[in-house]
Amino acid sequence: MIETIIVLAPLFAAAIAGLGQRFLGDKLAMAITTGTLGIACALSLYTFAMFTWGGAPERVTELFRFVDVAGFTSTWSVRIDALSVVMLVVVTVVSFLVHVYSIGYMDEDPHKARFFSYLSFFTFAMLALVTANDLLQMFFGWEGVGLASYLLIGFWYQNKAPNDAAIKAFVVNRVGDFGFALGIMAAFFCYGSIEFHGIFEAAKAAPDMMLGVGDFQVRAIEAVCVLLFIGAMGKSAQFFLHTWLPDAMEGPTPVSALIHAATMVTAGVFMVCRLSELYHMAPIAAGFVTIIGAATAFFAATVGLAQNDIKRVVAYSTCSQLGYMFFAAGVGAYNVAMFHLFTHAFFKALLFLGAGSVIHGLHHEQDMRRMGGVRKPMPITWAMMLIGTLALIGFGIPGVFGFAGFYSKDAAIEAAFAAGEEHLLGAELAFWAGISAALLTSFYSWRLMFMTFEGAYRGAAHGHDKNGHDSHGHEPHGHDAHAAPGAAPAHESPPVMLWPLYALAFGAVFAGFLFAPYFIGEMATPFWRNVIHLPHGGHHDFPAWVIWAPLIVTAAGFLFACFFYLWNAGLGARIAAAGGPIHGFLYNKWFFDEIYDFVFVKGARALGDFFWKWGDQKTIDGLGPDGVSASTRFFSRQMRKVQTGLVYHYSFIMLIAAVGFGAYAIWAVGQGAQ
Amino acid sequence: MEGLPWLSIITFLPAAGALLILATRAALPGANPGYDNGVRVIALVVTLATFALNLVALTHFDPTNPDFQLVERVPWALGVEYHMGVDSLGMVLMLLTTFLMPICILASKSIEKQVASYMTLFLILETLMLGVFCALDIAVFYIFFEGGLIPMFILIGVWGGARRVYAAFKFFLYTLLGSILMLVAIIFMTTTAGTTSIPALMEHSFAKEAQTWLWLAFFASFAVKLPMWPVHTWLPDAHVEAPTAGSVVLAAILLKMGGYGFLRFSLPMFPDASALFTPFMFSLSVVAIIYTSLVAWRQTDIKKLIAYSSVAHMGFVTLGIFSGTEQGVQGAIFQMLSHGFISGALFLCVGVVYDRMHTREISFYGGLVHRMPVYAAVFMLFTLANVGLPGLSGFPGEILSLYGAFQASAWFAVAATIGVILAPVYGLSLYRRVAFGTLDNPKLADIADLNAREWIIFVPLALATLILGLSPMLALDFTQATAETIVSAYRAALGAP
Repeated sequence: MIETIIVLAPLFAAAIAGLGQRFLGDKLAMAITTGTLGIACALSLYTFAMFTWGGAPERVTELFRFVDVAGFTSTWSVRIDALSVVMLVVVTVVSFLVHVYSIGYMDEDPHKARFFSYLSFFTFAMLALVTANDLLQMFFGWEGVGLASYLLIGFWYQNKAPNDAAIKAFVVNRVGDFGFALGIMAAFFCYGSIEFHGIFEAAKAAPDMMLGVGDFQVRAIEAVCVLLFIGAMGKSAQFFLHTWLPDAMEGPTPVSALIHAATMVTAGVFMVCRLSELYHMAPIAAGFVTIIGAATAFFAATVGLAQNDIKRVVAYSTCSQLGYMFFAAGVGAYNVAMFHLFTHAFFKALLFLGAGSVIHGLHHEQDMRRMGGVRKPMPITWAMMLIGTLALIGFGIPGVFGFAGFYSKDAAIEAAFAAGEEHLLGAELAFWAGISAALLTSFYSWRLMFMTFEGAYRGAAHGHDKNGHDSHGHEPHGHDAHAAPGAAPAHESPPVMLWPLYALAFGAVFAGFLFAPYFIGEMATPFWRNVIHLPHGGHHDFPAWVIWAPLIVTAAGFLFACFFYLWNAGLGARIAAAGGPIHGFLYNKWFFDEIYDFVFVKGARALGDFFWKWGDQKTIDGLGPDGVSASTRFFSRQMRKVQTGLVYHYSFIMLIAAVGFGAYAIWAVGQGAQ
Repeated sequence: MEGLPWLSIITFLPAAGALLILATRAALPGANPGYDNGVRVIALVVTLATFALNLVALTHFDPTNPDFQLVERVPWALGVEYHMGVDSLGMVLMLLTTFLMPICILASKSIEKQVASYMTLFLILETLMLGVFCALDIAVFYIFFEGGLIPMFILIGVWGGARRVYAAFKFFLYTLLGSILMLVAIIFMTTTAGTTSIPALMEHSFAKEAQTWLWLAFFASFAVKLPMWPVHTWLPDAHVEAPTAGSVVLAAILLKMGGYGFLRFSLPMFPDASALFTPFMFSLSVVAIIYTSLVAWRQTDIKKLIAYSSVAHMGFVTLGIFSGTEQGVQGAIFQMLSHGFISGALFLCVGVVYDRMHTREISFYGGLVHRMPVYAAVFMLFTLANVGLPGLSGFPGEILSLYGAFQASAWFAVAATIGVILAPVYGLSLYRRVAFGTLDNPKLADIADLNAREWIIFVPLALATLILGLSPMLALDFTQATAETIVSAYRAALGAP
């Protein structure tokens, strides 16, 4: 009952705020949605506590039949188990905080009710996804969050960039969903069920079943896992299907924090963990997950080095951290993947909301080249961002204490190392990708901190130079005019925006320390209750260098960043200005967008034009009706006198003909019958 | 009440309404606004009454019984029987028709020319369409099936847009060509089997070679109607030129006759030929889905774009039908029903702006959301439904048809699933170009949002799309027995399990 309320309440709030916005007004719409999310958040925490410490059972509440055709059965349900309670907490906590924060951030936006309605709708869809008991409901939530993402990326629909980004996000996600949909079909085809338990049981009963056409035969379980993972690659912005995520930063920043950092983009990781029983029986598919995750972790971190938009840096960071989660899952450490998902939600949401606070303080300036010296006017935001950064780079002393990311990220790297010892596909690659990405993460994170907060302010004196992001009615603040020359004309954000930061900062500091025993430590077995496949064996004894390596490379990254952006301020800018090939390659994101645009977008466009102009018009019509009528016209010239050219005459003749045919039909049929 | 000839009453009530209009025209001096409005009211009342009667008939119908029900059987001329009856497939399509007709009448407010003739034709068209779905004598079926062409032809030819004559002829030639072949086949069948009764013909087993030719002849007619690639090019032209309500009827109901025909005739009567041609049908379906989706994306005319998307969506229907599986057939029927609501609503959405601005050029519009927020929300809902978003009615039919195809041939299913990538490409980019962006065109500066009449038009459609999307079992349970019967008979005829 409680869990049903948690899932459905945000939907009702969204419907009320969305449909009733004219009658409610902005204030009431915001109050309803935020209040509902507050209740959902409290109930989720209660459910989590009862489940983890109160001994509440795993359970499935079935609401009603969604689809049920000859065994293809999906039931609307709310599944409560260790995985879903973790996700309930992550989703509702971050969502509630983002709702609160948005009251401040969207203060001057004219479409607040619509914005909050979308946020709540997103929360509902995400909750439906994580509490699904079968693949089809998961797919429903999956597409639902995709819709919310589309609507929120394109929230400022009067501008070109958000519209482009919104459609791109939807379409690229659909490429992933292509795999997901086929995965659902393949799973049902092979296992006769799309309900999770049914799939697991059938897969265990027939682990060597083959699937394919003719000579092309593969192990069914590998095929299903790879197909479903293609869906995960889309939603979680993994290598090849990542291009939409940076563009998604065109949406309002609270959206980036909620959807494109903490929750929706982790749905792919969640799905792999939810199906861990399947993936651990599919070594090749799991290896594919590992390799894609490792590639993404490294690739996105390199691109993050050269970006100047503060949100895009954090976006590439998200992409990279999702890669960590995937390679952890790929090497079989599903609990580590979930743990990193859990801690990452706090510190990445914190970083995004902190970045949003900076952007808000600087009147929608997002380019770090025009920032600097923001620490003085925004000390609280700076402190919060510092905590987020320390958590992201995984700062901590092994055996003593660390920020949230320390526990989860190091566990991911260690899991990859352990799997490498066992020669799992891609594991060694993942280990080295994890180590090098940790170095890069540290560098770009400190680069962000230094470029934003340290040094002298580099923007225009008034902070209102034209860019696309301030065109939604953000009015200048009166007090800026009094800012001292050279200082950043920023203002600290209001308390309604700072309180969510405090809450998230608390998570970023302590979530790792407090929950490591449950997720990945000695309490893991009772905590997870077999809902995910835990790595076999007890504690690994890792060589000292493996344990210390992340800390060392992180320190190195810090020093590099200091060297380029603190001690030799301007050096980084000079490197960028020099336009070297490496910088160009990174700045242009490995040219993925350009290649995709050329091959897929232009290719499809040309193909569409070809089919239309040559296929339909020249070939089909040319040989078909138009050709016939042209030759008819030729003959008719001979008999022009009969032709009147009046449509009434033509239609009359047609009518007569049709009646004649009808009469003939009846007559002929009658003949036949006698 | 049991004994009433429900199907005849429902089918011929609109025709009676048409006669009434003709009678008033004879009695009253024509063409003044008051008279036109009176005619509109008559048409609306008649179509609403037809829908209400259809709902009443529904209470006498048992969906769990796969046999034809509400049967009426009277000997007619020349060995042909007047034989009516429905199973749940026919019932669903009748309900779709009677549900949509009042909406079409309401949407015809902007018709000012010869209102009485227009409404007469519309009512006659409704009778003919309803007859198609409940005729159980193949000759009677043929009369209804072909008769529908004539009012549609005139509706396009008289009340259509600038190139209406070209479009009307193209429409007529294509469909008539298909029909002639079907007629020959019908004559052959009834001579061979010695009956014109559809249930009896379904029992009759035709020789394999004969099946091939008969199947092809029926295919010619149904493929044009549906339409399938490559005989689809009449559809975009017909849609573009047809008045709004004509487009709605065309897309939502007339196209379904093709799918209905495949399910009623091709599969049960020619099972061997259907199995033989399955790869052919799958190929055409997949080509339709990919080809027309790409073409749709490149269109500059809103109606053409939606028309092409209809062709792509019908690809899923044929995919599902010829999978010969229960999921596939259920998916195909559901897709036909859902497409009726969605495509109808999308054409009505076009009608809303066309009535105000008299152009369908996409580039003319842009930024409508600023002036028409309610319209933008409605248009968004149906665009998303068209894209196949789960939770709206476009999704269940698609996934079930695809799964049906997957069972029959995984590769075709893989190719067809590409359609789910292409649907948002054309759907969302159309929406974005029409509704989003800035409102730059000064002619749009005063465009008004939906009025009360338009609200009434869209609310039932929106509800249908949402309810069927969230609880598709409402329809799937209804058609389950029929789908199961069709599939098991088909598989039994093939000797498959």
